[in-house]
Amino acid sequence: MLLRHTPKEISERGALTINPAKTCQPIGAMYAALGIHGCLPHSHGSQGCCAYHRSTLTRHYKEPISASTSSFTEGSSVFGGQANLLQAIENIFAVYEPEVVAVHTTCLSETIGDDLTQIVDKADKGGKIPKGRKVIFANTPSYVGSHVTGFSNMVKGMAMLAEHTGKRNGKVNIIPGWVEPADMEEIKRLCALIGVEIIMFPDTSGVLNGPLSGEFKMFPEGGTTMDDLRAAGDSMGTLALGEWCSADAARFLDTNCKVPCRVLEMPFGLKATDRFVDALRIIAGAGVPEEINHERGQLVDMISDMHQYFYHRSVALAGDPDQLIALTEFLVSIDMWPRHLVTGTPGRAFEEKIRELTTGLPYEVNVKSGAAADMFLLHQWIKNDPVDLLIGNTYLKYIARDEDIPLVRWGFPILDRVGHQYFPTVGYKGGLRLLEKILNVILDRKDRDDPEQTFELVM
Amino acid sequence: MAQVMFDERADQMAVSGEGPFRISCDKESLAGAVSQRACVFCGSRVVLYPIADALHLVHGPIGCAAYTWDIRGALSSGPQLHRLSFSTDLRETDVIFGGEKKLLAALDELIARHHPAAAFVYSTCIVGLIGDDLAAVCRQAEARHGIPVIPVMSEGFKGNKRAGYLAACQAMFKLVGTGDTSGISPQSVNLLGDFNLAGELWIIRGYLERMGVEVVANVTGDGRVADIRRAHGAGLNLVQCSGATMELAKMMEEAHGTPFKRVSYFGVEDMSQALYDVAEHFGDPEMMARTRALVKEELDRLYPQLMELRRDLEGRKAAIYVGGAFKAFSLVKSFRLLGMQTVLVGSQTGTEADYQELAAITDPGTIIVDDANPLELMHWLKEKGADVFVGGVKERPIAYKLGLGFCDHNHERKIALEGFSGMLSFAREIHRTVLSPVWNFVPRIGGRPS
Repeated sequence: MLLRHTPKEISERGALTINPAKTCQPIGAMYAALGIHGCLPHSHGSQGCCAYHRSTLTRHYKEPISASTSSFTEGSSVFGGQANLLQAIENIFAVYEPEVVAVHTTCLSETIGDDLTQIVDKADKGGKIPKGRKVIFANTPSYVGSHVTGFSNMVKGMAMLAEHTGKRNGKVNIIPGWVEPADMEEIKRLCALIGVEIIMFPDTSGVLNGPLSGEFKMFPEGGTTMDDLRAAGDSMGTLALGEWCSADAARFLDTNCKVPCRVLEMPFGLKATDRFVDALRIIAGAGVPEEINHERGQLVDMISDMHQYFYHRSVALAGDPDQLIALTEFLVSIDMWPRHLVTGTPGRAFEEKIRELTTGLPYEVNVKSGAAADMFLLHQWIKNDPVDLLIGNTYLKYIARDEDIPLVRWGFPILDRVGHQYFPTVGYKGGLRLLEKILNVILDRKDRDDPEQTFELVM
Repeated sequence: MAQVMFDERADQMAVSGEGPFRISCDKESLAGAVSQRACVFCGSRVVLYPIADALHLVHGPIGCAAYTWDIRGALSSGPQLHRLSFSTDLRETDVIFGGEKKLLAALDELIARHHPAAAFVYSTCIVGLIGDDLAAVCRQAEARHGIPVIPVMSEGFKGNKRAGYLAACQAMFKLVGTGDTSGISPQSVNLLGDFNLAGELWIIRGYLERMGVEVVANVTGDGRVADIRRAHGAGLNLVQCSGATMELAKMMEEAHGTPFKRVSYFGVEDMSQALYDVAEHFGDPEMMARTRALVKEELDRLYPQLMELRRDLEGRKAAIYVGGAFKAFSLVKSFRLLGMQTVLVGSQTGTEADYQELAAITDPGTIIVDDANPLELMHWLKEKGADVFVGGVKERPIAYKLGLGFCDHNHERKIALEGFSGMLSFAREIHRTVLSPVWNFVPRIGGRPS
């Protein structure tokens, strides 16, 4: 019992986070930046931050993650990190030859007050940025928000590259949010099927789920190109998937480039995918293609085939706001009962949204976000009100083991299984995969627990 | 094609056997480098984390605690408190107004709930900047709860991992000498610098038991606070690993007169030598006889199996890039025992003396490098035609992308590689990865047939 230290009685905690359901901003910025083609993420802080983010992303994707660091020392912490960053920019372009360098700050550089706008401007004027190359940046102090905030901030940094020429290009910007490379691929496939030309950013497909080629490429094939990012300012509109991950960048484009935006939920599950497909259809001014209708039908078919196994199964979830909102809606729509939810990312609106989605269920949902909304609390809730299923990242495996509850791994990070890189969970196809995963663990558990007499061959 | 190395780094690489060996090291990484190095906090955290009945509280924003949550397979035979993640999760208001109150409240809550034998409070970059008086808060908590509450001065920006090792040693040194040493045999040791990854330290303890040597404290794998408090009662400190705990050994020698020996438990030669060194130190002929018998018994069992694996591995080439250089010595020798040649060896934090020794024990033409980046590593792996790469988490996918075998000799290893049985496991792991059929599906580097 690894978590034998967790008491059932819940007491107010103001000063302490135990087993977090979040991490800090810079890793989100690094993940987002990897979705730009030819981009080297740069961590403006101590070496450890960069090493930790690279290691965590490597464990999740099982891919090489390249990122550079300003390598702060005691001196730079006293006198400011400007010299380090200027030197870093020069060195990076000289040796690694990226097209873009995406700088994010850390708690260290934020607290000493380094001004990225000014430093990057100085690098530019000082000729340290070769012609045609770009340095983008985002402020990502670790003591504000969470990894989700950092992701969103870097995506906004990308939007700042957009140029508004006044001549529309007929494309739609899609900001997919923090989803897996496989999800980004699936979103592109759906858009192509409906016939909508898109600019998607970021796009980590082809970057973090690449093939084994016998070559190590610091900058793999995939990623949103600089040209596309520039052209995003001339698009007809922006669909932002997820309020927490994507809305800021979309609203920035709206305000600065007059590209109107719409913020949708991430397309996990039936209804959210319906809304996404509908939005695309309206933009394209076309009907929904038969292929997509067919996939939707298959998803509904699977739900109907297996609905007796979903019925009133209670679920505890940990993860990020945009994902949890979409998933909660999906679970409720198939008669499952989301019971306890935590996200370390702050946001009262999250709690309200979850309550709204679960109104009508015959219990009051436990939901908490921000400080002390951690896996320790989730475990305590589960001890008081047990559940049938856990959904979340790998760190939930401790609770799963101690309480003997099946776990579906979904979210970030997944450190002990593969598949998330390759198989989407967005869209109708992704919905099928999510349900398959849920059914597998529920039915495996039934097979394990059923007495011999009622052990069933056919389910 | 860009250059392979930064000009400023050119002297951090050398080739053995080509004139007098000179290499520059222990330098700060260049700004902008994709360095494989980490920070002070990381160094302290990896050293102290395996002390299983202590509370480990990270005072800082959430990231530092989140990224170090149970990522290391440092096994404990009892308490598992060290595998939880505790953080004060500093927010913007704390950065402005200070985090001392929060820290004290967190300590109060955690100590009351878990009754740890001691508490380590890790400082992070931000704490160093906002000026929280960590020592004062720890003293206050110590007075309130009656257990040692020890600040670990591990602000990330103060250096690299090595500085973190020092901070960890300073923290542990506060415990050493505070326990009762009665009943400790004069023929006793402390195991320093072994973190019990995959249960390795238990293998070594087993050998020492068979020799008749008492182990007082594990520093720190499967470590206990009470053992460390009485560690000064041991007759000898055995120090493994590249200096992670060397400073503690030096402090103990100075303050308590405890002598120390540097050892390695990797590979047949170094493992045997370590045991002989212990027996020799205690000057007990019977113990030496038991040690000889032990080594013979183990080798008799090991060799036939090892030679079988060697048949397949003979002539293959290995590349090594590890955190500390000391581990690399044993690896070079182990590969040689398997009939393999080391063509590249590097480390994140080696010292000049380390690299000199590496140059001396490797074949001429071996590339020796300090603080390498992925592009450099890739370049040499290809140039030298390595078959297997030994490294840590960030190097694994690089090796695979190139179509090379890989062996994790770092945090994440799942197989015990120390001791005689560990040498066999190591040989099996190398065999498994070098000869994996998967490489038949990818173009091998340099177009060599696999």
